[in-house]
Amino acid sequence: MTDPLALFLLYAQLSLLAFGGGPTVLPEMQRQIVDVHHWMSAADFAALFALAQAAPGPNMMVSTLVGLHVAGLWGALAATLGMIGPSSLLTIGVVRLWDRFRDAPWRRAIQAGLVPVTVGLFLAAASMIALAADRSIALGLVTLAVAGLSLGTAIHPLWLLGAGALLGGAGLV
Amino acid sequence: MIDIVPTPSVAAPPSVAAIFGGFFSVGIIGFGGVLPLARRMIVEERRWMSGAEFTDMLALCQFLPGGNVINLSAAVGLRFRGWRGALAGLAGLMCAPCAVVIALGLFYARFEGEPAVRHGFAGLAAAAGGLIVAMALKVALPLRRDLPAAGLAALTLVAIAVLRVPMLATMAVMAPLGIAMAWRRGR
Repeated sequence: MTDPLALFLLYAQLSLLAFGGGPTVLPEMQRQIVDVHHWMSAADFAALFALAQAAPGPNMMVSTLVGLHVAGLWGALAATLGMIGPSSLLTIGVVRLWDRFRDAPWRRAIQAGLVPVTVGLFLAAASMIALAADRSIALGLVTLAVAGLSLGTAIHPLWLLGAGALLGGAGLV
Repeated sequence: MIDIVPTPSVAAPPSVAAIFGGFFSVGIIGFGGVLPLARRMIVEERRWMSGAEFTDMLALCQFLPGGNVINLSAAVGLRFRGWRGALAGLAGLMCAPCAVVIALGLFYARFEGEPAVRHGFAGLAAAAGGLIVAMALKVALPLRRDLPAAGLAALTLVAIAVLRVPMLATMAVMAPLGIAMAWRRGR
């Protein structure tokens, strides 16, 4: 069983790297967990990510699930605290200074300059999660259909997740 | 002369318990996008802040690393009730989603051997992949007329997804490039 401390330290790093929101660190999370630490396979990681999508709350809940899967309840706690702790402490520390640099040119340049990098990270996260999940052509078609419906219609994401689970459970994909 | 006291547009500062309760209500109903719900709760329903104050605080939370709503729950709690408020905001936001996700995880661990469950989760994962593909395309679309920015996004994509360069090293190269580009444009 993995040491919860290792999980905490990994997620504390990811917490401070997550510029532009949680999904930007998904590729690094997968690289660390699958390729560096060998805690699970890429397909298992995609399954945990999917489970987290089916739960309410912020889009970082996959951290809690990875912790649970790797090191039980203490692991879930360690990963969750790692993911929310450092960035929250930074926010609490910076809140008082915000008035001083909110309108500074360098602040605007940093925020605007990180946008293309964030977009690249989002695209990388999407491609890695989709490739890990789509182990057959039929599953790939489910991914394409859900992406199309999500972009083109106002269907609630839970219906799309449910439809995917039903198609899979019925043995159709 | 008669003083007409205007109806205050902002309510009295919330207690620690109210901060916990407010973010709890956001955490438990928010699926695939908690931010609009957080805004509705804070600005419209409970009137803790004006829309402009909320937007300003969100700008800070989006500027800093970490989940935007998670940072927001800490910042809003801190503003009204200090560190106790920040803890209440974070705990309120996270406790229900954590409980649900742990229940789902235990179910998965218990039944992943069953073929029907395994196939169901494969379908679920494929659908979740579709959702994140849609989300990525949505954030990428505004860059389509901005060739240098799109180029930087493509380089980041290749570095991370194809070459599997660690994120810290990728950021160390790409972030200064992007910031230098934005700085030149801003002048």
